[in-house]
Amino acid sequence: MADVVPIKDKHIVLPDGSIEKQTTTLNLGPTHPATHGVFQNILEVDGERIVSAKQTIGYIHRAFEKIAERRPLYQITPLTDRLNYCSSPINNIGWQTTCEKLLKIKTPKRVDYLRVIIMELARISDHLVCNSVVGVDAGAFTGFLYVMEYRELIYEVYESVCGSRLTTNIGRIGGFERNFTDVSWQKIEKFLDEYPRVLKEFENLLMRNRIFMERTIGAGPISAERALNYGFTGPNLRAAGVDYDVRVHTPYCSYEDFDFIVPVGSTGDCFDRFLVREQEMWQSIEIIKQAYRKIQDMKGEEAEIYHADVPEYYLPEKQDVYTKMEALIWHFKIIMGEIDMPPGEVYHSVEGGNGELGFYLISDGGRTPYRLHFRRPCFIYYQAYEELVKGAMLSDAVITMSSLNLIAGEMDC
Amino acid sequence: MSLTNEKIRERLIEKFGEQVSNFEEPYGMLSFEVPKDMNLKVMQFLYDDDELKFRFLTTLNAIHYPNNTGRELAIVYHLHNLVDNVRIRFKIYVDINKPDVFTATRLFEASNWLERETYDFYGVNFIGHPNLKRILNVDEMDYFPMRKEYPLEDQTRKDKDDEMFGRGKDLDFKKPDPVNGISITGHENISDQKK
Repeated sequence: MADVVPIKDKHIVLPDGSIEKQTTTLNLGPTHPATHGVFQNILEVDGERIVSAKQTIGYIHRAFEKIAERRPLYQITPLTDRLNYCSSPINNIGWQTTCEKLLKIKTPKRVDYLRVIIMELARISDHLVCNSVVGVDAGAFTGFLYVMEYRELIYEVYESVCGSRLTTNIGRIGGFERNFTDVSWQKIEKFLDEYPRVLKEFENLLMRNRIFMERTIGAGPISAERALNYGFTGPNLRAAGVDYDVRVHTPYCSYEDFDFIVPVGSTGDCFDRFLVREQEMWQSIEIIKQAYRKIQDMKGEEAEIYHADVPEYYLPEKQDVYTKMEALIWHFKIIMGEIDMPPGEVYHSVEGGNGELGFYLISDGGRTPYRLHFRRPCFIYYQAYEELVKGAMLSDAVITMSSLNLIAGEMDC
Repeated sequence: MSLTNEKIRERLIEKFGEQVSNFEEPYGMLSFEVPKDMNLKVMQFLYDDDELKFRFLTTLNAIHYPNNTGRELAIVYHLHNLVDNVRIRFKIYVDINKPDVFTATRLFEASNWLERETYDFYGVNFIGHPNLKRILNVDEMDYFPMRKEYPLEDQTRKDKDDEMFGRGKDLDFKKPDPVNGISITGHENISDQKK
């Protein structure tokens, strides 16, 4: 019989004077499938437990705030596309409503309702990507493929309204660049008709799935108090139990005309965030239905309006440019960026896919903003990541990251 | 909405007297100015007061006014009372050569990265900040790019007349001060070297 080796001799003996590192450093990102975007997490792990997390961002910083200081208002809209690119119409319309607030432009009801339809479609596409990706990170790939088809349909609606899909540059100051066509309405009807069934099926896959629940319940929780202190907004704050929604608190685009519920969670963990987003999608469908009905009920001239009458900022019809003197002058002035805006400072926020998306615009009476600051919800709540994952397992860190819906474009601005 | 701008103003004047000044209401939001060493005291008061309850920091950023001698940098705080749904904004002005401001990280965790961002782009030194490093720009950067002395357009270009768009010619930008360690690797220097 061989000699029994004492346990202590089984371990590697370190040379004298060396210090054994107890933890492992693990890089999650900048280009890692789990990060869904270009940002880095340097995790210190002790076995599977996370000891600390250090976030590094800025990999796709594009100096939008600086660029905006040299651009006339309408040229800033394409910059906002690139913030949260999962729901760029919300950013576009958020920026346009900021300009309208500064310029004291009142938009007609129909414009507001059209905007509400587009924004709620964008919210659905944002939330469904986030929620299905939470599923993917928990190991359920099917749901992701299943709902993608309907994100495609939403993109087709954008395409029929503005011509592009991901970075939409939708709308203009004062309204939309063109009226919704019959094709757009057909696509919206198709979406309203088919999507609820698909969403239900998606929920059947995940919501009461034992594995999914085990993975998400209790992962990355935050209390309401801490969430507020960290500046959380949007679904992540509501999942922690605070019913703060910009659409309700400071209505814009006639959101006060709509009847909807603000869902709240209680524990602020991944599962609650998932549930809040699911419920918000149902509410968004309801809002779109209401807006659709309101627009269908409009009669006569009102039913054709798609922009406010602001010749200083809204490009005239191309046909008029060739035939009418006034239209030609405005066209020239707008394109050359020769319109001086009134001096003033304005803060306006909208409920973006991730929370309160704010625009702080300071004008000194010039043609471009003197200063423009974006309040990006992602940037602010990503700070809390370390607190959310400390002491959790590595797989929880990944799922927490995806359920926070971190969009690198919005973080880095 | 029980809390009105008028009431907030009264409470502030009652507490701080002359020190809070320049009350305005642009687009309905109460704005005022606070001396630079008072920002934390005012914020603490707004946070603790049972009536005011401004316990949510919406955002924080800086603005550069190069012609405002001695008060070049403005730091703007947006606070939100979520109970009564009232927003306020207050500003502090600091000298660009001594941009020292107290940090709000003890009060709001949210201000951590926002202050880092403000430092990154404007060079505002937040005293007491736990980790005041650059956040979006590279660590090696030795200037603060959002300041107005760094115009966006390439200054060496001769083929483009930017007068129509910019306000570059109106402002007499001060030459960067080498004492503060703010050096520009600007185009002027490059063209000098070529000569």
